Amino acid sequence: MTETTTDAETAASGAAHAPGLLPHPKPSSAMRRLAAEIAGQAITVFARAITAVQADWRGIEPVARQRVYFANHTSNADMPMIWSVLPPELRRQTRPVAAADYWLRTPLRAFAGGEVFRAVLIERRPEARTQDPMALILDAIDKGSSLIIFPEGNRNMTKDPLLPFKAGLYNIGSKRPHVDLVPTWIANLNSIMPKGEVIPLPLICTVIFGAPIHVADGESKDTFLTRAAASLAALAPERRAE
Amino acid sequence: MTGATNQIILLTLASFGLLVALTLFGEYLRSRVPPGKSDPVVETYMTRIYSWWTMVIFFALALLTGLFGVVLLFTFSAFAALREFYTFSYKSQADHLALALAFFLILPLQFAFVWSGWAELFTVFIPVYAFLMLPMVSVLRGDPNRFLNRVSETQWGLMICVYCISHVPALMTLDLPGFEGRGVLLIAFLVMVVQIGDLLDIYFGRRIGRTRIAPGLSPKTWEGLVCGVVAAAVTGAMLYWMTPFSPLAAMAMAAVASVTGMFGNLVLTAIKRDKGVRDWSHLIPGQGGLLDQLDSVIFAAPIFYHLTHLIWAK
Repeated sequence: MTETTTDAETAASGAAHAPGLLPHPKPSSAMRRLAAEIAGQAITVFARAITAVQADWRGIEPVARQRVYFANHTSNADMPMIWSVLPPELRRQTRPVAAADYWLRTPLRAFAGGEVFRAVLIERRPEARTQDPMALILDAIDKGSSLIIFPEGNRNMTKDPLLPFKAGLYNIGSKRPHVDLVPTWIANLNSIMPKGEVIPLPLICTVIFGAPIHVADGESKDTFLTRAAASLAALAPERRAE
Repeated sequence: MTGATNQIILLTLASFGLLVALTLFGEYLRSRVPPGKSDPVVETYMTRIYSWWTMVIFFALALLTGLFGVVLLFTFSAFAALREFYTFSYKSQADHLALALAFFLILPLQFAFVWSGWAELFTVFIPVYAFLMLPMVSVLRGDPNRFLNRVSETQWGLMICVYCISHVPALMTLDLPGFEGRGVLLIAFLVMVVQIGDLLDIYFGRRIGRTRIAPGLSPKTWEGLVCGVVAAAVTGAMLYWMTPFSPLAAMAMAAVASVTGMFGNLVLTAIKRDKGVRDWSHLIPGQGGLLDQLDSVIFAAPIFYHLTHLIWAK
């Protein structure tokens, strides 16, 4: 359902809007907002019914603080899962950071991405950018939103628990140091809907929220990103030795 | 209203009465704990009682709606149980279709066969057809890595969560001379004796238990087990009028069901330890998952069904 990215390092190129994509969503009518609200509820109910998705608030409380949830990315259903386990009042203030080239391809996706999830849509391809992705992300934070980001940038198809993190998380953490960066591990989703499968398995998906981290004074980008990845990987449930 | 319906209503009221008594007993134990403290034995006992309130209500409603209601209730229970089991079972992407078939084809078919009362089919469908055919589906993807582990755990999930659980509603389909239309009482009998045995096993195990049955695995003790089984047998004898059994036979059947259930609990505990989890899920608040709750009934049901079939059926 989603393709997300935080590859927000490259500055805006100023190129024209990518061909084949719809314009960014505009503020919507009351009718569309109602439809978006209903669709959002339906997605939540569906996620709970199929995967019995449950939250494990291990390192934080489910309270309305401004946070950036950074998560592992193995499946297109990752973002809706995190979104579904957030209590409604947290969900309302939380926006996923997602790829414009995916979410603006059809009217339905534009509705889902723009109005149901209220995603911060950023352009992954530098040549198609009209706005600096990091500026969009920081703007959303400055307006009070919490964010969901996938710092691996792409879905992890490897055996490793995580791909190397992109710099976006460091940039957010160093430019807005007051925001809690919360490692968020999504367990088991890869077995529910592996890439290439059509039927989702109704297995139990758990979303584990760890203790928040911050960029320390003078911490280098690489040191921080390594530490952030370790804090996220540490949440993964232990698997039996192979 | 049939006689069986009247008796189910009576049993439901009696269960409510028992639960009221057990709740009051728990409150009495609580009141003896110094204020500001809590006794984990009492709290565990009370959590079980509270979840039993909910389950008795669901269960009574299903029994009152007859075979269809009972089959429906246990179809959903089997689905929740299978979901818990497969969440932790060993699998690879090559098993995806086999697992989907287990959830969406074999599970509903098994309960449909039970509903139709076709015993020749529902007693062999999973041990023969699913057992042979699901590995064929898995093998088509050509991944031999830990193949035997994968197909074994898939089949175990089906046996425990679908085959065994389906034998609870199957009790209603037994052809017992002189017991026509009252099969639903047999389900109430099985579930009541097994659960009362479990409850008293936990209580006495914590009070007077000394000798662990499986040290390092479970806190279950021989002392608790004996007390639980005796309690189940006595309950069985008192409830013999619900069954086609004589009082003595009802006592023996209750004891067999209770013992089977208790060792079944140990088996599922070993699987949980192997998978490194404490509870199968958090479906029942404060209680764990459906498999945690139903483990003893799951193991007792097929044996209870077959003994009844062997000895009492036409």
